[in-house]
Amino acid sequence: MDERELVVVGGGPAGMAAALAAGAAGVKDILLLERDQHLGGILNQCIHPGFGLHRFKEELTGPEYADRFVKQVTKTPSIEVSLRSFVVKLTSNMKISYLRPGALEEVQAKSVILATGCRERTREMIPIPGTRPSGIYPAGLAQKMINMEGWIPGKEAVIVGSGDIGLIMARRMALEGMKVKAVIEIQKQSRGLARNVAQCLDDYGIPLYLSHKIARIEGADRVEKVVVAAVDDAFCEKPGTRFELSCDTVLISVGLIPENELLEMAGAQVDRKTNTPVAAEVNRTSIRGMFACGNACKVYDLVDSVTRDSEKAGQMAAQFLKEGK
Amino acid sequence: MYHNYELMPTIERYDAIIVGAGVTGAAIARELSKYKLRVLLLEKEAEPAFGVSKSNSGIIHAGTQNHPDSLKGRLCVAGNKLIREISAELGVHFVEVGQLIVVFDEADVAELDRIKREGEELGIKDMQIVRRDWLSLYEPNLGSEIVAALYVPSAGIISPYRLVYDLTENAVKNGVVLKTSHRVAGIRRLSGGPYRFEVEAAGSKYQTRFLINAAGLFADKVSAMVGVTDFKITPRKGEEYLLDKKREHIANHLVFPLPTPTSKGILIIKTSDGNPMIGPTARDTGDRSDLATTEEGLNEVLAGARRMMPSIERGDIIAYFAGLRPAAGKDFIIRHETAVPGFVNVAGIQSPGLTAAPAIATMVVGILHGNGLVLTPKKNFHSTREKTTHLFEIPLSKTRELIQKDPSYGDIVCRCEMVSAKEIREAIRRGARTMDGIKFRTRAQAGRCHGGFCTTRIMKIMQEELGMTVEEITKRGEGSELVREERRHG
Ligand SMILES: Cc1cc2nc3c(=O)[nH]c(=O)nc-3n(C[C@H](O)[C@H](O)[C@H](O)COP(=O)(O)OP(=O)(O)OC[C@H]3O[C@@H](n4cnc5c(N)ncnc54)[C@H](O)[C@@H]3O)c2cc1C
Ligand SMILES: Cc1cc2nc3c(=O)[nH]c(=O)nc-3n(C[C@H](O)[C@H](O)[C@H](O)COP(=O)(O)OP(=O)(O)OC[C@H]3O[C@@H](n4cnc5c(N)ncnc54)[C@H](O)[C@@H]3O)c2cc1C
Repeated sequence: MDERELVVVGGGPAGMAAALAAGAAGVKDILLLERDQHLGGILNQCIHPGFGLHRFKEELTGPEYADRFVKQVTKTPSIEVSLRSFVVKLTSNMKISYLRPGALEEVQAKSVILATGCRERTREMIPIPGTRPSGIYPAGLAQKMINMEGWIPGKEAVIVGSGDIGLIMARRMALEGMKVKAVIEIQKQSRGLARNVAQCLDDYGIPLYLSHKIARIEGADRVEKVVVAAVDDAFCEKPGTRFELSCDTVLISVGLIPENELLEMAGAQVDRKTNTPVAAEVNRTSIRGMFACGNACKVYDLVDSVTRDSEKAGQMAAQFLKEGK
Repeated sequence: MYHNYELMPTIERYDAIIVGAGVTGAAIARELSKYKLRVLLLEKEAEPAFGVSKSNSGIIHAGTQNHPDSLKGRLCVAGNKLIREISAELGVHFVEVGQLIVVFDEADVAELDRIKREGEELGIKDMQIVRRDWLSLYEPNLGSEIVAALYVPSAGIISPYRLVYDLTENAVKNGVVLKTSHRVAGIRRLSGGPYRFEVEAAGSKYQTRFLINAAGLFADKVSAMVGVTDFKITPRKGEEYLLDKKREHIANHLVFPLPTPTSKGILIIKTSDGNPMIGPTARDTGDRSDLATTEEGLNEVLAGARRMMPSIERGDIIAYFAGLRPAAGKDFIIRHETAVPGFVNVAGIQSPGLTAAPAIATMVVGILHGNGLVLTPKKNFHSTREKTTHLFEIPLSKTRELIQKDPSYGDIVCRCEMVSAKEIREAIRRGARTMDGIKFRTRAQAGRCHGGFCTTRIMKIMQEELGMTVEEITKRGEGSELVREERRHG
């Protein structure tokens, strides 16, 4: 079996920063496993500017931000990158199994960093009653369809949830010629950054309904309309406030959940509600020598903070390998 | 004139036409394919199994809770036996997990005794009343107020849509002609010759000696096309809620409460894909297309399930759906219509229709034979089917062997459910034409992220395999397209 000092799972900004920091701290033998065919993680589909203001004091797009790290990673001899490598199993004594086209590989690590990112919360998790037609997309999926494939999902959209991805997608769809009829947010305030509310909604005349929820989705084959209602402080529907918005597309942007199924498989403690590792300190897990960073550790708003904290995870792993703690 | 005659479309002729490719129609088609007959299976949806047969509990019932004199009861017990043979032949995953009917009150144990007696009359074996100590050992997550249960070992689970796909695939392999997106719009009775019906679907006409109506929720409409109008389908809605696979081992058996007059109550269900499920509700609805889930339904299902297993939480839910039971009175209606010779109604196939389907098929073939259909067995009938490979069903060591044979087993498309590119392509080769068809066959998009990560990749594979444009890809047939427009750059 292949043996490595450190294996990093996930090649997004978190995994790259952790691998680079571990390398800088003297770890000689690092394997970085990424499921996709590129490094960069979710940044590859975030083509809008707004990344790197803290880290580089300049405004970059997602792919540009990622690229700075990809260049460094490929220059660093102590890091070996394996793409299209999907980790399917992790044990508490740090044995890793991963699939890649043509092989099932096994590797024994001395330390592991999990940088597997987040998945999006879905319509099913809220859950919204009604029918289940075509035209309902997690906002991140719509982002990928439009930005990476050039696929325009529909004509008229309503967005559920005012997280940053939803706000950015409101503007994106408006720019692509779709009519964005509303953003519906159950809380009293937007969940996204104030600058995104201003630049993505206000500038495009897209109404934001605070303290409102989608009471139903309707439509047989494709979405036809949504029923919206106002809610009280306990998020219960206020009677008599229902109104309808016709649309063929509904984007769901109701937050992210860390992907920690591997950590759970290894037997580490994972909070059942937030799906984050249970540990005394950021980046640690309940298993010694196993670390988690980036969106897998907690949901971050800014990629700059992901990079900063993930570098610490790399240093922690290096220290563990040197001193056993 | 000769010229015109040349242009006239030739009418396809069959010995039997089956309307509806749900589990009932698919089972009948496969049964008929054992004989030297020309059989046509017509389905209005883009793929088989898109009607009632896709949205149910997936339970192979033992047969309890049916009246001993009912068709439902007899065919359920017979179907439970036959499904074991069929699943072995077709390579469908059937698991006999057993069922518990639980009671909260000592006084209700008498009711369990009655259910047991009735079940024994139907021929159900090895039932046993079990007490708290047994339950604590074998079903530890049950609520503490439960005092006893009836244990019925012969109940099991199956993937309902995969059963339909595999039955259909095998029937087609044995010569049955399947036409999807073919809604039967009219039936004309012919007189004189051996062909007694002319069926119109998707602009074409098909003639047949025998016509079998297995149209599920629309069976009364199809029957009315030949003038038989003495029953009406009343859809009864059932909402079901799937839980995260992480809860897979929350229950070891199917857990039932005592039945109500109209339904078996809210159950805790094991599914053959691992995710537990809770439901279904039972509410009559006048609308055959009303597949909406509701807030009330969710609350009812959660309350019913939590009463039996308090550790189930709202946050465990990852998916939900509703199905409509095609009820026509209390029992199934399976009969040759003497007023319309050659026409067989298979209607009102409510629960336990999934279980009963193989027995219904045998019964229908018997009816056809009794009314003049000659059954000559085929010597070259293919009774078996090469089992579909699902990585999620096999150990990693097996996966390694597969990848060595075919590298694309190592190319994972759906990460939540671990589905490879090979499995997606295989599903398309076996007939999947829509995103739902791929989901039902492979589980890709059925996990906790609901296709957030893999949808675009699957769409690309469909384009490669089927030569479709992206605008032509649908969720489940015409009208459910996913993309309005592709911006072709450059
Ligand atoms: C859909 C979406 C859109 C977003 N849009 C924005 C935005 O517009 N602006 C913004 O500031 N922030 C955005 N964010 C937040 C952004 O994700 C973070 O700032 C940052 O990208 C998180 O970095 P990460 O490395 O932790 O995770 P990710 O970038 O998600 O990287 C995780 C990597 O791990 C890989 N991986 C996962 N599991 C495995 C496995 N089992 N085996 C191998 N590899 C695996 C994945 O393929 C992925 O490449 C978005 C997040 C999401 C989920
Ligand atoms: C919530 C729920 C839970 C259930 N749970 C169970 C269970 O656990 N165990 C069990 O044994 N049973 C269960 N059932 C019952 C079971 O699902 C049904 O009995 C069974 O699926 C009926 O199959 P079918 O083939 O008769 O109907 P369908 O699957 O509806 O097939 C009929 C087909 O006919 C097609 N069709 C209709 N009109 C036309 C036309 N004009 N031309 C062409 N095609 C047409 C339809 O599109 C459809 O595909 C449940 C049902 C529900 C609703």
